[in-house]
Amino acid sequence: MANLDIVKPENLVYTKTKVLTDNVMHYCPGCGHGTAHRIIAEVIDEMGIQDKTIGVSPVGCSVLAYNYFDVDFQEAAHGRAPAVATAIKRLNPDCFVFTYQGDGDLAAIGTAETIHAANRGENITMVFINNGIYGMTGGQMAPTTLVGMKSATTPYGRRVDLNGYPLRITELLATLPGTYYVTRQSVHTPGNVRKAKAAIRKAFENQKLGKGLSFVEICSSCNSGWKMTPVQANKWMEENMFPNYPLGDIKVDGKLCDNITADRLVLDHPLTVVNK
Amino acid sequence: MTEELIIAGFGGQGVLSMGKILAYSGVMEDKEVSWMPSYGPEQRGGTSNVTVIISDERICSPIISKYDTAIVLNQQSLDKFESTVKPGGLLIYDPNGITHEPTRKDINIYKIAATEKAQEMGISKVFNMVVLGGFLKLKPIVGSEFIHKGLEKSLPARHHNLIPQNEEAIEIGKGLIEAVHTL
Amino acid sequence: MAKELKLMKGNEAIARAMIASGTDGYFGYPITPQSEVMETLMAEKPWETTGMVVLQAESELASINMVYGGAATGKKVATSSSSPGISLMQEGLTYLAGAEIPCVIMNAMRGGPGLGTIQPAQSDYFQSVKGGGHGDYQLYTIAPSSVQEMYDFVFDAWDIAFKYRNPVLILTDGAIGQCMEKCYTRDYIPRWTEEERRKNAPWGTWGKPATRSHNIITSLELESSRQEVFNQKLQAKYREMEEKEVRFEALNCEDADYIFVAYGTSARICMKSMELARAKGLKVGLLRLITLYPFPKKQIAEFAKKVKGMLCVEMSAGQMIEDVKLAANCSIPIEHYGRFGGIIPSPEEVLEAMEKEIIK
Repeated sequence: MANLDIVKPENLVYTKTKVLTDNVMHYCPGCGHGTAHRIIAEVIDEMGIQDKTIGVSPVGCSVLAYNYFDVDFQEAAHGRAPAVATAIKRLNPDCFVFTYQGDGDLAAIGTAETIHAANRGENITMVFINNGIYGMTGGQMAPTTLVGMKSATTPYGRRVDLNGYPLRITELLATLPGTYYVTRQSVHTPGNVRKAKAAIRKAFENQKLGKGLSFVEICSSCNSGWKMTPVQANKWMEENMFPNYPLGDIKVDGKLCDNITADRLVLDHPLTVVNK
Repeated sequence: MTEELIIAGFGGQGVLSMGKILAYSGVMEDKEVSWMPSYGPEQRGGTSNVTVIISDERICSPIISKYDTAIVLNQQSLDKFESTVKPGGLLIYDPNGITHEPTRKDINIYKIAATEKAQEMGISKVFNMVVLGGFLKLKPIVGSEFIHKGLEKSLPARHHNLIPQNEEAIEIGKGLIEAVHTL
Repeated sequence: MAKELKLMKGNEAIARAMIASGTDGYFGYPITPQSEVMETLMAEKPWETTGMVVLQAESELASINMVYGGAATGKKVATSSSSPGISLMQEGLTYLAGAEIPCVIMNAMRGGPGLGTIQPAQSDYFQSVKGGGHGDYQLYTIAPSSVQEMYDFVFDAWDIAFKYRNPVLILTDGAIGQCMEKCYTRDYIPRWTEEERRKNAPWGTWGKPATRSHNIITSLELESSRQEVFNQKLQAKYREMEEKEVRFEALNCEDADYIFVAYGTSARICMKSMELARAKGLKVGLLRLITLYPFPKKQIAEFAKKVKGMLCVEMSAGQMIEDVKLAANCSIPIEHYGRFGGIIPSPEEVLEAMEKEIIK
């Protein structure tokens, strides 16, 4: 075939990093997990730390993340990844340790472990995928589900009087002295992917400094859970998720960023979304 | 030889440390020992007691209900433990604050006015050693050289300068104990 | 530190044995009656001597998962707690068993149910040897009955844990935890070097070199046929433990007409009851169980052929007795005597129960 003629090393513009395995990912088309995995793996590759990295996967859609990263990996019980990672890092301080968790895992059942690992200033990297929903169990309400947003357990939309407010745990963690770097990114456009990758890189590099926890939220879509096409989901995310979960750095090098005012940190009245 | 005793009083009277010094002295004399405290809210200033067993043989249960000796340092402890002394056994009490004297006729009863004496001499910190001296006068189950070693072992090094004062208190106790009722 | 004779509490013995046995990490949360374990470790500062890591977690949920994380890297990691805390740890324990992670857990049992009491009890027997968490798994469960055994069993626990890649539970109670007795300490075993860790735990998550594929620690297997094979492998391991690792002590059983069956503090009480019985001319012995899982089934069956009756003494409403009866196939009279809610039976009442229920 003619097109094989151009498959030559000198024509190579992109190749999958060796830190990802050849296993076919089980994620839905349009899901952000695949991209998030890739940029983490690329950072590990570029930093040359494949032999020193230990990952911790959660319970949720990314429970099987260990099948995709070609680094030593441990699968934690639901919500307990920060405790698991704490001990791995404390006992292996020369290793690079990261957790990869969803919103239900990190911000509901594992809230205590998340907050205390951050408050102790554990020198780990936490990657938080926030898609406002429980994906794996079939689209139930998550702590980050927006007000008015429909889910399998809020079929008429999330109600504040019934379900409380969306939990902006990233902003909350930024207020703790134990966190050194806190940022919110997305991976839905090429530009955002580049920014998110730079954030992941910084979060891994910080482990060398020993100055505290680095936390990268990736605000992501769940088109199957949201019952949209991937393109619709990305648009809906921009219009509804981002106003509630604004992108950008919140805390860098242990200091709140200049644009992070009290109003930005404390959202008195979360925006209500129109039912999708 | 097996001596099963209980020491009981208020938290802060040095009940546990007195038992510990006695037990450590037993260890120094190559005896088998156990030291079993009551624990829990008692630690916070209520009543406190410790069971100490010193024996030439392997100790069965560290938790027992009948004692060869009961040393009681307050009224509650006297009320609780008078009945647990084995017939022919020994009861020692400090008369300070005691309103109901012990009544049993089938045991040996001694009193030691250690609280009063220790206050008078300004040695309240080693009040428990005065009581221990009284007990050792009646039942010299461990030799004084081993008591010295027991003190060395159970007191932190920074308090070793207080050992002579402790030993002095033991000697005072030996002279202070008096019979109330003997068989 | 060289071999030495010391007077110490059972809880202190556990802590000192952890340091001396080359334990790499301890993660715990305070709870009466075993807080002296972490207090002793913190006072000893082993991170300055052996390099052992000691951390106070935010909950037992966190501490057992710290054990899961740390131990998965092939290091010797331990925790300790008491009944309510151990209940919280059950999720972690089933993960540890399911991922086959060697580790050591100490439970100083107190009376329940619920918040219960802080006084000693033995009412977590079922929880310890019949699961506790979900799924078909076993913890190697060993029950010390003296401060010396508290110390020694930590060393034994590491051997078993790594031999079988299985969590080991040291099941004791508040009485032994709080009691001070003589204890001979041992010479330090140095913590494993990096090479030893890699050799002893080739399965561990210690960083993937180019020479091997990545190590994965998980208890997840979504494919049922593979999960069944894995369960069969676990069961085969448990059968091997049952075959090879049973421990018990038979005291005065050679000529005994009747025997007490007990473990831990209850066994100590029965020793006294046995002494009192012998003084009365009654031929009474004591079968002191050391491993509760694996359970000495065959040995009990043998004793059941020789004696006229057994009294199971437990500080519970009667849990271990079920296994004793099964092992003896109910061929002789077997009764339970127990106190609970934190009450420790007296040697006299135990003997009285033996005379009333069994000897008659």
